[in-house]
Amino acid sequence: MSAVAVALAPAATEPATACAHCGLPAGGGQFCCAGCEAAFATIQGLGLGRYYRQRVLDRQARAPRPEAHAPRDFSRYVTTDAAGNATLTLAVDGLQCGACVWLIESVLAQEPDLLLGRVNLTTRRLRLVWRGGAARAEALVARAEALGYRLMPFDPALLAAARDRTGRALIRALAVAGFAAGNVMLMSAATWFGLTQGMGPATRALMHWVSALIALPAIAYAGMPFFRSAFAALRQRRTNMDVPISVGVILVSAMSLVESFRGGLHTYFDSAITLLFFLLLGRVLDHQARGQARATAEHLLTLRAADVAVLQPDGGTRRVAHDAVAPAARVLVGMGERVGVDGVVEDGHSTLDASLVTGESVPAAVAPGAAVFAGTLNLGPALIVRATATGARTLLAECVRLIEAAEARRGRFVVLADRVARRYAPAVHILAAATFVFWWVVMGAGVADSLLTAAAVLIITCPCALALAVPAVQVLATSRLLRAGILVKSATALERLAQVDTIVFDKTGTLTEPMPTPLAEADADAWRTAASLAAASRHPLARALHAAMPDVPAARGAEEHPGRGIALAVAGGTVRLGSRAFCDLPAAPAATTELWLARPGRAPVRFGFEERLREDAAQVVAGLRALGLAVVLASGDQAVPVRRIAALLGITDVHAACTPADKVALIERLRGGGRHVLMAGDGLNDGPSLAAAHVSVSPATAADISQTVADVVFQGARLAPVVEVLRLARRARSAMRQNLALAIGYNALMVPLAAAGLVTPWLAAIAMSSSSLLVLGNSFRLQGRARRWT
Amino acid sequence: MDVILWLLLLSLGLGGGALALFLWSLRAGQYDDIKGAAERVLYDD
Repeated sequence: MSAVAVALAPAATEPATACAHCGLPAGGGQFCCAGCEAAFATIQGLGLGRYYRQRVLDRQARAPRPEAHAPRDFSRYVTTDAAGNATLTLAVDGLQCGACVWLIESVLAQEPDLLLGRVNLTTRRLRLVWRGGAARAEALVARAEALGYRLMPFDPALLAAARDRTGRALIRALAVAGFAAGNVMLMSAATWFGLTQGMGPATRALMHWVSALIALPAIAYAGMPFFRSAFAALRQRRTNMDVPISVGVILVSAMSLVESFRGGLHTYFDSAITLLFFLLLGRVLDHQARGQARATAEHLLTLRAADVAVLQPDGGTRRVAHDAVAPAARVLVGMGERVGVDGVVEDGHSTLDASLVTGESVPAAVAPGAAVFAGTLNLGPALIVRATATGARTLLAECVRLIEAAEARRGRFVVLADRVARRYAPAVHILAAATFVFWWVVMGAGVADSLLTAAAVLIITCPCALALAVPAVQVLATSRLLRAGILVKSATALERLAQVDTIVFDKTGTLTEPMPTPLAEADADAWRTAASLAAASRHPLARALHAAMPDVPAARGAEEHPGRGIALAVAGGTVRLGSRAFCDLPAAPAATTELWLARPGRAPVRFGFEERLREDAAQVVAGLRALGLAVVLASGDQAVPVRRIAALLGITDVHAACTPADKVALIERLRGGGRHVLMAGDGLNDGPSLAAAHVSVSPATAADISQTVADVVFQGARLAPVVEVLRLARRARSAMRQNLALAIGYNALMVPLAAAGLVTPWLAAIAMSSSSLLVLGNSFRLQGRARRWT
Repeated sequence: MDVILWLLLLSLGLGGGALALFLWSLRAGQYDDIKGAAERVLYDD
């Protein structure tokens, strides 16, 4: 076989027809499969046809094509309240737009015993409440799944633990601070103008007291997040940004109260509460940036919990949790079910999808005696597996442990804002103390006046612009990336991405497309026949074959033999498409992944498959070089295919036949040389290296565990998001630095004035607000520029 | 100048009412699905 084989390009030809339900190529017919036909009939039958007119299909998201499912048991996930109402929360995969929400809710509304069936489009969750037992869950879920959505139950215990209490508390505090700041500012503005327009002392005192009445309770409430954090830090004999904030706010409030008693000219209640308002704004933004990561992790956790059907001596089965299976137990794995244990096949022939474990997209055939691993998906008929390792001893669990170990080694990354805060907090305290001592001892001012001046220093230096500087940039950058289908999961990922100078690529599924591409070796007639048979199957190779010729109609009456092939009875014999053995050919080692087509009276035809580079892989590698990055290729595959891909892309630093541990060693070596490594990979075997790298990226087609580990997950067939995210990260870093410089420069300008006792409350208010607005404005500039590159 | 007292009380009452309303809406889950709410308005039943 030639080194560079020409792959048939399916992209150029538009499909002749799209399935009326899911929008995937239907090969001439109205529907692509029986499931879609049934879903369409259900929707039209209920008079919900406007769904098709109003929906907006997103090509990058999963198409709503119904999938066959083994019966599942949801009773573990159902909670029942005292009144006998059962509740189940599920993650919905395949939600595209408001029409999907409306469709699911309308279809579920047909169920008379359902009390509540509501989809949350933001979190992509469906909440079901119904009257009756947990056993109804399956029927209800099946109604939604028949429409083409995939539902995964949430564990109620995990759901309760993950409820976002902190976020709500922060928003409540922000609301209180905002209300108080607005009202106190009204009083303050009146007194400031009163100073020049002859406001009487009695009226001024009234204004001060009303301000105190509003501000003090609000400060006590809205300041809680800072006071708590500062107290915790002090108790551990450390200091953080919240310590100067807390000291400043409390000191300023106390001094203002004293001034109110003394009938003084100036109080700083407005400064204290406005400060808290700006600081809380920063906290809320920061929390939102972190929240996206949390939601994704929750989504993936649902995949881990599974139970296993253990065969009993009497021939029946009992479902037990996967970690409670005894070694050597016999386990039944039905069609469409994930294998729950590591073991050896005892009975049955089938095909396993091992993509979760190996990242390999082509399913492997298994027969008695074959070793199987937990996490693989049975695509064919039921198997009986004798367990050799269960629970924490499975390969899957081993990989998860490797990942955790690598993550622990990565250590804590100190974010820019914290590095600044470490130096900033002590400096501010020393300045304020020096001011107090200067006025009290040197200038001989009273204690109260000296304290008031020191308080003014604390207000001016209080880091509200500093606290906004980083979160504002983060939120704007991550939300802009999210709109482009790039999910930044870790709050510190942007800062780490900006430091990257070396990128290590995995080959399969990352540089290449996740699906294999058929080679154009056969004649047109054989192609047409093969594609028409392939259209009847859901096997990945068959789908790839049909995707290359999408306008060929599906053969009527084709019969699928799961794990082996597809057969069609024709005049004079049977046409077969499938494995070598299925086509009655002598066994021989295959050079590449292949399918055979056997037709009566004609020579069998071979269809080879090859990995194809992602469309824009070459541009991306060039783009990365232009950014000054070293590009490395590390693959678990053999040397020949790896070198072929490397040559196509011009990558010289190539490592083939790497085990997961080899990849980790490679990354650690690069790190040892002072490099900041970005790892881009998709398989479970990449999981440990993704965790070991400085920062990591995975495509959305990656194994679930890789997506959990990766800092950034991107959607779509193109690799360009890798460059895009790096560029935006660098821009975000410079915006953060500008913001910090602005904030600190502002303070440097104002501190001498404050220490000299020249800062009056109105000047403090203007200085504080304008520096915060300046920082926010600078952050928004990032968003404007970002739009222009694409 | 008695009027200033009444105005103070009035403005605080209005502001406090708005704050209470916001806290209620937050607790009632009005902001739980902002994306969904924007789409739901297009489907009347």
